[in-house]
Amino acid sequence: MLTAQMVDRLQQAFWDTALMVGVSAGIAVALGIPLAVFLVTSGPGGFFPAPRLNRLVGMVVNGFRAVPFIVLLVALIPFTRLVAGTTIGVWAAIVPLAVSATPFFARIAEVSLREVDPGLVEAAQSIGCRRWDIVRHVLLPEALPGIIGGFTITVVSMIGASAMAGAVGAGGLGDVAIRYGYQRFDTTVMLVVIAILILLVSVVQFSGDYAVRRLKAR
Amino acid sequence: MAGASAILPRGAVGAIPAAAEAVRTAGTVRLEGLGKTYRSAAGEVQALQGIDLDIRAGEIFGIIGRSGAGKSSLLRVINRLEQPTSGRVLVDGQDIAGINEAGLVALRRRVGMIFQHFNLLSAKTVRENVALPLRVAGVPTAEIAQRVDQALELVGLTGKGGTYPSRLSGGQKQRVGIARALVSRPEILLCDEATSALDPETTGAILRLLKDINRRLGLTVVLITHEMSVIREICDRVVVLERGELAEQGPVWQVFGAPRHAATRALLQPLQHSLPEDLADRLRDNPRDPQDQMLVELGFAGKAVPDLARLAAIVGPGPLRLVLSQIDRIQGHAIGQLVLALAPSAPLEQLAGLADSTRIIGYVDSADG
Ligand SMILES: Nc1ncnc2c1ncn2[C@@H]1O[C@H](COP(=O)(O)OP(=O)(O)OP(=O)(O)O)[C@@H](O)[C@H]1O
Ligand SMILES: [Mg+2]
Repeated sequence: MLTAQMVDRLQQAFWDTALMVGVSAGIAVALGIPLAVFLVTSGPGGFFPAPRLNRLVGMVVNGFRAVPFIVLLVALIPFTRLVAGTTIGVWAAIVPLAVSATPFFARIAEVSLREVDPGLVEAAQSIGCRRWDIVRHVLLPEALPGIIGGFTITVVSMIGASAMAGAVGAGGLGDVAIRYGYQRFDTTVMLVVIAILILLVSVVQFSGDYAVRRLKAR
Repeated sequence: MAGASAILPRGAVGAIPAAAEAVRTAGTVRLEGLGKTYRSAAGEVQALQGIDLDIRAGEIFGIIGRSGAGKSSLLRVINRLEQPTSGRVLVDGQDIAGINEAGLVALRRRVGMIFQHFNLLSAKTVRENVALPLRVAGVPTAEIAQRVDQALELVGLTGKGGTYPSRLSGGQKQRVGIARALVSRPEILLCDEATSALDPETTGAILRLLKDINRRLGLTVVLITHEMSVIREICDRVVVLERGELAEQGPVWQVFGAPRHAATRALLQPLQHSLPEDLADRLRDNPRDPQDQMLVELGFAGKAVPDLARLAAIVGPGPLRLVLSQIDRIQGHAIGQLVLALAPSAPLEQLAGLADSTRIIGYVDSADG
């Protein structure tokens, strides 16, 4: 059975996880969408052409995507210390989480942006839209269902990654599962953590799907 | 009509229905030695070369040609969706070659465009779609609301403002496209196969709308179509493109009545009925029997008038049967042909004076019922 103390601890862990994922997801959106727009519009034939910078940024993004999260976590420790001032705790975990989620999300958003019908861009040009008007009124709104779908995938995979971050002292549900469920053989705690994670992922997935369906139904 | 007057293009003098009579200077397009070459990894495609063309203010100008002839390329250099490789494009006398982004935006507000697949923004309502040209131009909100209402009224979509495009029929979508193109009060409207995705009835309705807009607002309309009936119904002049070159051009009645270029004849083929098979099968080159009848085709290319009283007077008491008749009236000119069955002795020279061309098709026996 769970002691009252354990319930408290789980509650705290849940909010830690929510904070880690929430803040780094926010950063991933804030940086990932501009990154995706840049990747789409700066390519050859795009309307802010900068092919060399485009290729460079593309390579950096691919680099981050190629490194497994657990390796990134360790490799980024100096950077994390620089940014968060510490290498343990929730805020320290947010740094590698955001760094890994941003390129992941940017690539997914990029695909959705590329799928926007070029005819719409052309129509927008023909009515006197400037390039930024097209990003704002055509590319982003038309790609929104795909971007939200991609955001859902990103958040779900970040919940998984946050549990890994927990293993290196970030706190959160993963931390509890390892320390009590694994190291102290407390099966109940392990099962409860798993149940909470499943629930959390389901809620995220369901909300994302619902939002996409609503957007597509109009 | 309130809706129309408020949408009047800037260049129109006077207002309301008189717009059609008002002499307009805005809305001309002049192409001089225009050439367009597409360069891609796959190689070069010369889409247009040496095109000289004058489109007058307030006319409906048709562009026809086989697939790949360069029609879309020609249309798209007018609002600079495509950059010409050589030659000049003058809109209202102004060379649009060197303009910067601001000039381009200004040009595109004077030149509207509608598309075969409508190209409406699915994430915006009808209202928001129509309002977009004004929003990005920084027009005050109250004025936007008013002008969008007028544009929707003009195209017959009052009350549909809150709907998303996916809930509209093809014809309604094209009406939204037209409203969006007109809300900036352009002088020129470019239509790239604007009715190709629509059924015949809706096509008719959209064409009437375009004609109506052209007359009421004095707007110059440049349209591409694969449907010759569209040209026949609403265009004033037409140009035929063939492999990137200008094959021929002129008033529709002239080009359709007496096509000079093989490409034009090929395009007009669907409009011609050939001799019905039962007749063609029995056709002979020479009369075999004095009772046989001679089939004569009288061609009308827009100059001669099919005068039946004179025809009857020339033929006199001899046999005179109308076998086929196919006369269109284009811009007040009779275009087409009559096929008559006459006695072999009928006075052909006199008949020739009745039509623009005369031709003996052959002979059939008189038992033809
Ligand atoms: N963006 C492009 N890149 C390369 N080639 C092109 C491009 N656009 C058109 N072309 C080529 O230029 C030629 C003319 O094309 P265009 O689209 O103007 O023809 P069209 O008369 O409009 O044909 P359709 O009736 O099929 O629409 C074609 O050979 C086409 O393949
Ligand atoms: Mg075309």
